[in-house]
Amino acid sequence: MPKRTDINTILVIGAGPIVIGQGCEFDYSGTQAIKALKEEGYKVILINSNPATIMTDPQFSDRTYIEPITTEYIEAIIQKEKPDAILPTVGGQTALNVAMDLDDRGILEKYNVELIGANKKAIETAESREKFKEAMLAIGLDLPYGHTIQSLEEGKELLNNVTLPAIIRPSFTLGGSGGSIAYNEEEFEESVGEGLKESPTGQVLVEEYLLGWKEYELELIRDPNDNVIIICSIENIDPMGIHTGDSITVAPAMTLTDKEFQHMRNAAIQCIRKIGVDTGGSNVQFAVNPKDGKMVIIEMNPRVSRSSALASKATGFPIAKIAAKLAVGYSLDELKNDITNKTLAAFEPTIDYIVTKVPRFDFEKFPSASGKLGVQMQSVGEAMSIGRTFRESFQKAFRSLELNLPGLSTKDPRNEDPDIKRYRSLDISSLNDGSAFRILKVKEAIKQEFTIEEIHNNTGIDPWFLNEIAEIVYLENHHNSLDDLELLKKNGFSDIQVGALTNHTPTEIRKIRNERNLKPVYKVVDTCAGEFTAETPYSYSTYESTHDIQPLDGPKVMILGGGPNRIGQGIEFDYCCVQAVYGLREAGFKSIMVNCNPETVSTDFDLADRLYFEPITFEDIMNIIEFEKPDGVLVQFGGQTPLKIAEQLTKEGVKIFGTSSASIDLAENREEFAKIIKKLKIQIPEYCIAKNYDEMINFSEVAQFPVLVRPSYVLGGRAMQIVYNKEQLVDYVFRSAEATNDHPILIDQFIENAFEFDVDALCDGKEVFIAGIMQHIEEAGVHSGDSSCVIPPYDMSDKIKKNIIDMTTKLALELNVIGLINLQFAVKGNEVYVLEVNPRSSRTVPFVSKYSNVPLANIAAQLSVGKKLNDFNLEENNFNHIAVKKAVLPFKKFKNEKIFLGPEMKSTGEVMGIDSEPGVAFLKAMQSDGYTVPNEGTAFVSISDIDKKRALPIIRDLTKLNFTIIATKGTADFFTENGIECTSIFKVGEGRPNVVDEILNDNIHLVINTPLGAQSRYDEEAIGKTSVMKNILTITTLAGAKAAIAAMSHLDQVSVKPLQEYFK
Amino acid sequence: MRKHQKAILYLEDGLFFKGKSLGVLGETSGEVCFNTGMTGYQEILTDPSYAKQMIVMCSPHIGNYGTNDSDVESSNVYASGLIIKNESLSPSNWRSSSSLEEFLKSKKVVGIQDIDTRALTIHIRNNGAMKGIISTDDFDIDSLDKKIQNVPSMEGLDLAKEVSRKEKTTLCNVDNPKYKIAAIDYGMKSNIYDILLENESEVTIFPASVSSEEILNYNPDGIFLSNGPGDPAAVSYGIETVKKLLGEKPMFGICLGHQILALALEAKTFKMKFGHRGINQPVKNLKTNKIEITSQNHGFAVSNDSLASNITVTHTHLNDDTIAGIACEDVQAYSVQYHPEASPGPHDSRYVFDNFFKMMNSNA
Repeated sequence: MPKRTDINTILVIGAGPIVIGQGCEFDYSGTQAIKALKEEGYKVILINSNPATIMTDPQFSDRTYIEPITTEYIEAIIQKEKPDAILPTVGGQTALNVAMDLDDRGILEKYNVELIGANKKAIETAESREKFKEAMLAIGLDLPYGHTIQSLEEGKELLNNVTLPAIIRPSFTLGGSGGSIAYNEEEFEESVGEGLKESPTGQVLVEEYLLGWKEYELELIRDPNDNVIIICSIENIDPMGIHTGDSITVAPAMTLTDKEFQHMRNAAIQCIRKIGVDTGGSNVQFAVNPKDGKMVIIEMNPRVSRSSALASKATGFPIAKIAAKLAVGYSLDELKNDITNKTLAAFEPTIDYIVTKVPRFDFEKFPSASGKLGVQMQSVGEAMSIGRTFRESFQKAFRSLELNLPGLSTKDPRNEDPDIKRYRSLDISSLNDGSAFRILKVKEAIKQEFTIEEIHNNTGIDPWFLNEIAEIVYLENHHNSLDDLELLKKNGFSDIQVGALTNHTPTEIRKIRNERNLKPVYKVVDTCAGEFTAETPYSYSTYESTHDIQPLDGPKVMILGGGPNRIGQGIEFDYCCVQAVYGLREAGFKSIMVNCNPETVSTDFDLADRLYFEPITFEDIMNIIEFEKPDGVLVQFGGQTPLKIAEQLTKEGVKIFGTSSASIDLAENREEFAKIIKKLKIQIPEYCIAKNYDEMINFSEVAQFPVLVRPSYVLGGRAMQIVYNKEQLVDYVFRSAEATNDHPILIDQFIENAFEFDVDALCDGKEVFIAGIMQHIEEAGVHSGDSSCVIPPYDMSDKIKKNIIDMTTKLALELNVIGLINLQFAVKGNEVYVLEVNPRSSRTVPFVSKYSNVPLANIAAQLSVGKKLNDFNLEENNFNHIAVKKAVLPFKKFKNEKIFLGPEMKSTGEVMGIDSEPGVAFLKAMQSDGYTVPNEGTAFVSISDIDKKRALPIIRDLTKLNFTIIATKGTADFFTENGIECTSIFKVGEGRPNVVDEILNDNIHLVINTPLGAQSRYDEEAIGKTSVMKNILTITTLAGAKAAIAAMSHLDQVSVKPLQEYFK
Repeated sequence: MRKHQKAILYLEDGLFFKGKSLGVLGETSGEVCFNTGMTGYQEILTDPSYAKQMIVMCSPHIGNYGTNDSDVESSNVYASGLIIKNESLSPSNWRSSSSLEEFLKSKKVVGIQDIDTRALTIHIRNNGAMKGIISTDDFDIDSLDKKIQNVPSMEGLDLAKEVSRKEKTTLCNVDNPKYKIAAIDYGMKSNIYDILLENESEVTIFPASVSSEEILNYNPDGIFLSNGPGDPAAVSYGIETVKKLLGEKPMFGICLGHQILALALEAKTFKMKFGHRGINQPVKNLKTNKIEITSQNHGFAVSNDSLASNITVTHTHLNDDTIAGIACEDVQAYSVQYHPEASPGPHDSRYVFDNFFKMMNSNA
């Protein structure tokens, strides 16, 4: 069937902010879908609230709405744009849920819009546990024994015929949110209660726990002619009970015979047909009993997913792109296989390499988390690696994780850092719990001569994988001389690992390898195991005989990507890398991308001129550089990852384009940086670099508390803390960090009660362009990644502005920045302090780019290769609109975590609200983060003494809006004295019912709580935590309160405007 | 990581790969061809169609799920050699009864591992299937080159005769079979007769050299032409027999059987550059316009421009437009180039068997 001509305009729904369980894979799939639909000549309308995505760059869609992904806003867009169809299958669970709601509320019918790619019935059948079960039983597929319940009472009754442990799965949630395993009745009741709350339909499935069963996934596609093909099989190394997003997974499936695989394939095909997915990609999960091969179906997702992104990258088959084309009527045999460019999309990819995906966790950031893995996803990112054997692929995967693991080996214990402490506490007996580093424990267990059978019994990990790990241990024990260098390299050992085995430095190993001409060859991912020549393949390294590819011709520049997502380094940096590709292309260079994150746009097959799917380590990068010989390398776009190796690359004579690694290092090196500051007469907070305990004590004698303390060289403010006195400082040092010469502790005076500003600027070495000045809404001390911010600033005098611009210009020129620079300032009164200077792309680059329609990273890449700012006609921003960025926090996943924001970054993603009304922009940001903004009810207010006076007009506005005010004693007294009607309520610990009780009883609808100083910061934690759980809007700054109240008067209006209209 | 003997793979164009031994030590030769399937190595090894061929498995790990007694297509290994990247020494699967190593040794298979199988695959893709020798004894290139001259080329080679049963056999699993099928064995895979038997048939398998009289004396409801190795054009006696049987009874052929049917219908066959061997091969059914993902294993194909007007092309291969299925309604015969019986491979095309039963029904 050719493409449909009865539809012209298609609305694509994005996935919104990055949260645990829904990552940047939806930027990848959404971008592909949009490009595919545009290619077919459709008018594409996009809604997505996430500014850090590539898909929301205005050049991709005809109309780009950065608006909250809610039924109301989508209806407004439908009214305005009159789309013929909605594609809801590339925006994760968010898009599916909102599409269902649009249908339920009759909006699709009202405006005569059809869903393409999926229909309501299919979504319902797949997502409702009960309907799914019925459908699967009808086609003769087995499921785990289970029952759907809608109340705790039903759950208790169920206990009569369900034996514990049982899995509790809420319906219609993403990333297994609210799911858990209950081992006893108490846990059961708790879990069912949580699950019922978590499910938007108030349903949970109580299911038998298939302890130790093997878990598989198949990715498949169906076209309008009912043709179904399997794209990829994936085997989870971690067995059932651990969320597939948290499992180490391998493609293709390794331990199924053809008979069993075909049985599974048939079941998956029957499933997609029965569910009734009209066209597009789906994912079906199976569990297999390793003892007798009994197979049950666990679930199916009727949309593209994290797994389909992985399957696309693993095979070269662009699932989202093809799914989008099938949604508009094509059949598989009418579409080309883009990799071979010769054969058709109607085939099943076959691969001649092994793909490993390893999840990346950030438990260090959430000390309250147990670190145990379960049915609810907790990982924040993932790395994928490709090797010609499992061992090679597996070791590369661990190298790719950005945890300084050199392979399947622990770090050199000399590198002090919290991760290694975690590893040191490894206990073999704890093997039966899934954890971030269980596989390292497994290796340790093998070293300690536990049998494969014992380990298998404890972990449920298939013996095939355990034996492969045992081979790695065997090699380490028996082939640890330089005679075995080639053997070790073929088994994925890095130079660091080989060095550790043979008592050499990695540099020596590298030298020996070069002398022996022992270098990797580059093979390609071609979808067909070599059967056809490939036109646009991508590459991976392996130690074999023959290259599949030749170095690229012509001028070419290599871009180092950001590696796996983690808190502090997310999609923003991938956005920058992708923009850099476009910039290089405009400047006449070919681009070579290196990255190992399968979720990203940067690793899409047709983005860069050449893609290397490789770990971003010195060894792996250097190998590619020696093969490709690029003219230069860009390190300023991939966040911290490439910077770590920039200096080493420079030492090897690699040309770094743009800001030099020396300049980057200068900004990171406190002492050198202080010299520059002094020279430029710029003010910074008092600081100390404590290399030992005495230095720290000496500083604490003279320091003005509070101070900000952290270990050097950390990302996202990890382990950073504000301490209020000397005792706390000493305690911090003993608990969290050791001060050494190599890794000193940094102590900075903390400028309390200041405004913070973020600046992104471009510099060509001569001129500086200030791209955006953002003002934080949260008080200074909150990590800039967690702070909401507003562009342009809401409260900045011309004098301060001039000062900030001057300082930015001076620093950019002094550091000889070629490309991007980001600075953070604290302003208190008329004093401006520089807090941080990062001569590289920053987290706010996409936000500023969306606000100003200036592709900063694109221009930065061009500056790096010699263009000048003059070439770009940049003008100072002077817009009528305002944009608010709000961080999205994962506290719901880590329920016992302190919810107060601090200097350690905890957010996973961000949303943006944009409007010509500041209040509306703020409102949109809140709504995009999933909050309901009230305009009446009861507001709980607790204001710190410093803020009290300034709070009065704001609270008066609140009373005008039909809010009843309740407040803590001190605040209430002050308000009453000043003529604001209000009642007082107990703080926690003062008596009952206290404020937390009232929040729990749904009697409070808004919380304004501006804590200050150590005491209130920790006291009021319970309030914050409860509000998060109840999804009650909580505001912690007066600026925030003012903005929120302004927003409340706009609640009745739903105004939408595409980015393209802001820049007419 | 155990000690293996050295091994070498030498190709007729002079290229060679040094690796380690696999299976038993010794020397073997055949046509080197690659299979892209990610599962099914045991079925492939035991498929008689691979006679005189040394198979390169593109999938790098072979032996991961071991071997068992049921996933076999015959009781022997017909492939003359196995070429892989990595042998799994510790298989894992609940049905596994012995490792690949034990299996290969018990079947006296000579193979080679630890070579760049992707480089070899691409070499064959670019230069065509070619003769090769695997040796664990002789590493002298001149000597290997001399030996390779004596390895027969696949073109013109009648291998069906070699692998075919020498005596006829009758199989039946039910008391009152609905169908009586005469199957001519050119190297028949067991899953084919398993499917026929599942459909309440009595199947008598005749040697390749069977005469048409003998088949007709059996008075079958339908005649099945099996898969098999080698050049179809060389099976002249088979072609003659089939010619005589045309129109007598409903007739259904698979793979070599398909080619022999085409030849009997005066079409021509040709040797492909490197053939189709894998379980991901897309075929389009021209009647329904639906796509089947099929299992394929052939180095020869029916030539497109040689078909008489009474022959319909029913299926084409989507990758290269070669003929994947034909029908000749005049004589109630049809055949497919691919393997609807799968094993290994997808089950998308099982329906192809149904047509056979339908034809036999309507003929009754």
